[in-house]
Amino acid sequence: MIYLRVFDERALIYHRHGRIGTWAISWGHEAIQVGAMSALRDHDWAFPSYRENKVGLVRGMSPADVLAGCRGHPQGWWNPNIWRLGSISIPVGSQVPHAVGFAWGERLQGRDTVALAFFGDGATSEGEFHEGANLAGVLGAPVVLLCTNNQWAISTPVRQQTRATSLADKAVGYGMPGVRVDGDDVIAVHLAVSEAVERARSGGGPTFIECVTYRMQAHAFPDDPSVYREDTDAAAARRNECLVRYERYLQRLDLLAPEVATRFRDEALARMAAAITEAEALPVPDPSLVFDHTYERKTPAMSRDLARLQASLAPGAAGKDSGRTP
Amino acid sequence: MSELLFVEALTSALREEMERNPQVVLLGEDIGRNGGVFRVTLGLQARFGPERVVDTPVSEAGIVGAAVGLCLARMRPVCELQFDAFSYPALNQIITHVGRYRWRTRGTAPMPMVIRMPCGGGVRAPELHSDSPETYYCHTPGLTVVTPSTPADAKGLLTAAMRSPDPVIFLEPKKLYRHLRGEVPDGEHVTPLGVVRTVREGEDVTLFAWGAMVEVATATADALAQKGVSAHICDVRTLSPLDEEGLLAAARATGRVVIIQEAPRTCGVASEIAAILAERAMYDLKAPIQRVTGFDVPHPYFSIEHHHRPDPSRVLAAVHGTLEA
Ligand SMILES: Cc1ncc(C[n+]2csc(CCOP(=O)(O)OP(=O)(O)O)c2C)c(N)n1
Repeated sequence: MIYLRVFDERALIYHRHGRIGTWAISWGHEAIQVGAMSALRDHDWAFPSYRENKVGLVRGMSPADVLAGCRGHPQGWWNPNIWRLGSISIPVGSQVPHAVGFAWGERLQGRDTVALAFFGDGATSEGEFHEGANLAGVLGAPVVLLCTNNQWAISTPVRQQTRATSLADKAVGYGMPGVRVDGDDVIAVHLAVSEAVERARSGGGPTFIECVTYRMQAHAFPDDPSVYREDTDAAAARRNECLVRYERYLQRLDLLAPEVATRFRDEALARMAAAITEAEALPVPDPSLVFDHTYERKTPAMSRDLARLQASLAPGAAGKDSGRTP
Repeated sequence: MSELLFVEALTSALREEMERNPQVVLLGEDIGRNGGVFRVTLGLQARFGPERVVDTPVSEAGIVGAAVGLCLARMRPVCELQFDAFSYPALNQIITHVGRYRWRTRGTAPMPMVIRMPCGGGVRAPELHSDSPETYYCHTPGLTVVTPSTPADAKGLLTAAMRSPDPVIFLEPKKLYRHLRGEVPDGEHVTPLGVVRTVREGEDVTLFAWGAMVEVATATADALAQKGVSAHICDVRTLSPLDEEGLLAAARATGRVVIIQEAPRTCGVASEIAAILAERAMYDLKAPIQRVTGFDVPHPYFSIEHHHRPDPSRVLAAVHGTLEA
């Protein structure tokens, strides 16, 4: 959790320096991300949204790769099979049916894999969320639908997102258990997800879990929350956020000496410093990457376009290419 | 006349038309208190209230589907979809209902709505924030597809869109929002849909462009002028239905044609324009038509997007191709 927090803190600074692009911060969501991921087995899969780009770190992905992605560098692309993570989903809610289909596919092939989909409160308003959840119920797919209710979808508060008193209530309509947990309590999240994962693995079907927290920061950088909300709620949330709570809890039980927490933090800082250096040292990407991977093999037109592009990029070539099909 | 940013010109069109026509309502994600992620609707909720400037849940199909119902209830909805690629969840509504309702009801239930969205790249945005989805809409009968390239047109065309009897997909090049400033007429300003704009006249080659590519065409024409080549620039403005006569006249002005398009090439608007010119102006052309377009790939990560978006050097190469032919 400390590592994820430090990652966000540093990423924010790098963003302000102009060293990385848009940054979707999840400051305060660490208990949900870590609590949930640690309830999965290694072969289970997760399907993140743009705000869970740090769950890759939990799976061991290099922080330099995550930062490269934020620098618009193709090195930031990841291989789902290595990390057992679907691609980061940028359209809100569209990853939910992916998790359902994946979980169902694994079940059909006799494997006991569980899939977990991360999404926000706003995502529950999208058609794809409903279609995915409904399908999960009908198929009995071994999937956990994990909603991070941070009370905000950009400027829209959850009360304008739904008339339901709790998002977990939606589960009833899909015929699956709905659970509401304190998303600032990593142990509560871990237990709720563990139970849901166990149910899924043993053939008990899907679960919807609503983790209640508060988005302490801006939606992303750039975004200015002062336009649409008072900072008092965010300040209150900061005082009670998951890291503070967990650290206090561990210290009360004498399980965490303050020096150890400081050491974790220092180690994370050093890792981040190395990671940004590494990400910034990546070579300027080859233009041929524009044409790679759209199809398994480049189309003839792509090969032609690439050749032309390379010719035009050759020193002193500007405007000399005839531009005609060879 | 006032000197306005592109984004301010759009805001003034919305504000003035809402004042004139109580039937106009705006709906979209974060458009109220937040003024939209690009601040196009800034201040409008404060002015017109939350019932005319509606902050909706994150629900594109819901927004556009509700707009269909609003049209049936004789309102004039203006939907904002947050980014180009986030119009895709609404495609079902746009294609199966918005584009067909008039036809299906034999003209008795038109859909006079505007669906606005930012489009295009060049702003170092994450994946799916730089798409150019124009062709999906142009390929859907019943829709009018419009994209302005100047602040004056932003105001004039958006006002016309809000008065159109048919649904208008209004594509706002996001690169221009805060980057382009220009003279905009004060008060009522309507620019007819379906008519090309001559950006400048020239004799040697005709450049067709729209949206953010008009700037690229202009920069190319400036570079050509230095070499004594005079370029005619035609801003297509309405991508569907196309102003065929306007396109033909612009092509005939020089007999040499280069079409610049940010969207991927295959089946795009550039292809359609090339086909129309080939069908109707073949014998007036002195050289094969050239297209300079985005490649047939997803809009690349931003560290390499400049290779994908047409730039003056690629256009120049194409121009030299036609001049030498
Ligand atoms: C289909 C779609 N529509 C709109 C957007 C723009 N957008 C990005 S984040 C966001 C809010 C999502 O809120 P929520 O689901 O609560 O997740 P959070 O950002 O709070 O993690 C919106 C509307 C998008 N990414 N995808």
